[in-house]
Amino acid sequence: MNNRLIPLFAALIWCVSAVSAVAIDVKAAVLRIDYPTLLPISRYDLKPDDLGFAGAVLGDEDNGTTGSFLGHTYETAHLAVPPEQADDAMDQLLAEGVRLFVVLADAPDVLRLTDKAAEAGALVFNASAPEVDLRDANCRRNLLHIAPSRAMNTDAVAQFAVWKKWGDWFLLAGSNPDDVKLADAYRRSATKFGAKISEDRTFEDTGGSRRTDSGHVLVQRQLPIDTQGARDHDVVIAADESDYFGRYLSYHLWTPRPVMGSGGLRPVTFHGAHEAWGATQYQTRFEELTGRYVRPEDYNVWLALRVIGEAVTRANTSDPDGVHDYAVSDEFELAAFKGQKVTFREWNGQLRQPILLYDGSITVSVSPQDGFLHQSSPLDTMGLDRAESKCTAFD
Amino acid sequence: MKHILLSTALAALIAGPVFAGKAFVSNERGNTITVVDTDTWEVITEFPGGNRPRGITVSPDGSKLYVCASDDNIIRVFDTETYEELPSLPSGPDPELFILEPSGKRLYIANEDDNLVTVTDTETRTVLAEVPVGVEPEGMGMSPDAKFVVNTSETTNMAHFISTEDYTIKHNILVDQRPRYAQYSADGSRLFVTSEIGGTVSVMDIAEDGTPTVVGKISFEVAGVQPEWLQPVGAKVTSDGKRLFVALGPANRVAVVDAQSLEVLDYILVGQRVWQLDFTPDEKYLLTTNGNSNDITIIDVATEKAIKSVQVGQQPWGVVTID
Repeated sequence: MNNRLIPLFAALIWCVSAVSAVAIDVKAAVLRIDYPTLLPISRYDLKPDDLGFAGAVLGDEDNGTTGSFLGHTYETAHLAVPPEQADDAMDQLLAEGVRLFVVLADAPDVLRLTDKAAEAGALVFNASAPEVDLRDANCRRNLLHIAPSRAMNTDAVAQFAVWKKWGDWFLLAGSNPDDVKLADAYRRSATKFGAKISEDRTFEDTGGSRRTDSGHVLVQRQLPIDTQGARDHDVVIAADESDYFGRYLSYHLWTPRPVMGSGGLRPVTFHGAHEAWGATQYQTRFEELTGRYVRPEDYNVWLALRVIGEAVTRANTSDPDGVHDYAVSDEFELAAFKGQKVTFREWNGQLRQPILLYDGSITVSVSPQDGFLHQSSPLDTMGLDRAESKCTAFD
Repeated sequence: MKHILLSTALAALIAGPVFAGKAFVSNERGNTITVVDTDTWEVITEFPGGNRPRGITVSPDGSKLYVCASDDNIIRVFDTETYEELPSLPSGPDPELFILEPSGKRLYIANEDDNLVTVTDTETRTVLAEVPVGVEPEGMGMSPDAKFVVNTSETTNMAHFISTEDYTIKHNILVDQRPRYAQYSADGSRLFVTSEIGGTVSVMDIAEDGTPTVVGKISFEVAGVQPEWLQPVGAKVTSDGKRLFVALGPANRVAVVDAQSLEVLDYILVGQRVWQLDFTPDEKYLLTTNGNSNDITIIDVATEKAIKSVQVGQQPWGVVTID
């Protein structure tokens, strides 16, 4: 700002007409639980220390710029804790008066923290847990989901496969609990969109195929053997949420086929090369602020804060109930650099959003795909629809 | 500006040989400017326009072409006869759209990456002021009396009314998601602001002193087109204030709106991802840039029909015409 000519701060002074405004100071917090994990297959996937928090910094900045015209300020705290300290961390934030939370954690922790928040009347945004159950039988009124469910992600992949007329799938699933859940979601998506799983196999996690112990040497011998003799298939669908083999698949199959899911073409909310729909501006703002490329977690946190900002701007409220009610109302809409407005499913608090299909360098396609129709929104062709939802907390 | 151009045109008609009019199209991906003859609709030439050329306009006398070279962070200037490049103007980072005041002296530029509107003197080629605005400033409109510049900010979702006297914001009006373009009627009594993701056009009445009041909102509906794809971007109003034309982006249509009753009368099918619009100076034709089909569509304003498409460069973004 220093080197600029005549910066006219006068314009930043609360200067309003026609926009009815009440001074509001918005306090929020991002709570991230850091679990002990193994290294990712690719160094590119190493988690930066400011994962998610960087999105909050941009969210505060974007909201704050708008707020400067309306007398609203935004301040978001960030906290990364090991699992055993998560409850204390939330207690502390609640004691400091925070009632709006963005949580990056696994489903059981999200649920426990959400219930704790509910006792204090606080609202939680889930920015990472993909558990369908959290949007279904175990939904909570004070829990809104920015992160897509596993079902949304697998439906996004399934629609693309079906659009391509790749109707016969070889489903290769990992053996860890989350891999099994993901594989189930793919089976459900196959049924939903009329694809056939012609081969269904599990690739056991024996704990040895990582790059640091020359993973590729083992994998080059092992994967072709494990994938040979499969019935005819058009595409291999990898269900590897624990990230131990999916990334290797493309060039190590017995039968050469495209790979989708946890390797090859992956469903993501956002990535650092996405440029369509004005996203370039988002990328340059993010990179200038953080010195790195954006991750889906950063984008999810940014989006959660933008939802809060939109409620404050349009409905003049930062009260958790006020934000919640505005977010799930018909009035709510938000531009999110995905070509159409994003809104919430009023029956379970899940954000409706397009899912990007990303090959590691570009947006290859965006789901929902053409031709998948729905009576209310094409976005509702992905994930749990109203009729199948067991969530009653939003009734 | 139209009046000046119109009188120049009449003078030219009376004074001597008729010169063919030209349209200049900025090609965002091709980094070129395509020049089209507006009598024969033939491409005359294509010349380098800097990196990522988007916003495009001409000086009141039609002699200079100004182009927002977004990735060069400057305004490139060209001679409209020889296409020779003239000294550039400072713009601040990532200029996307701009508006030139009727006198041709001050250029108001939206800096998309920096939440600023930069005011540049076209004669001294210096920056006069920087006005902080909302996140991702884009649309730039100017009241016909040149007293107000309206900037729309795409992520803040406001129209900011900046006084050209002291460069401060006098009014902020919230509009629907991702406002793209602001267009006053020729008599200055109305302002139209398009919202791409909101899918609407906000209509404001403008008081004598420039104060805006929101009086309505236009929405669109086309059978067989998903509502999500009806995304208003560029907009132009006829000088008699009767018709508003709105480019609907990926819906590949231009909406024809009764600018008084705000009723949508028709949708004209044009090329793919229709973005910005400009009339020919005589207002006989409306030109549309179609970013995904790499062409422009020519609409006959009187009959409200598309009459022709002309292939231009890669990803056409903006268009401006001269006599």
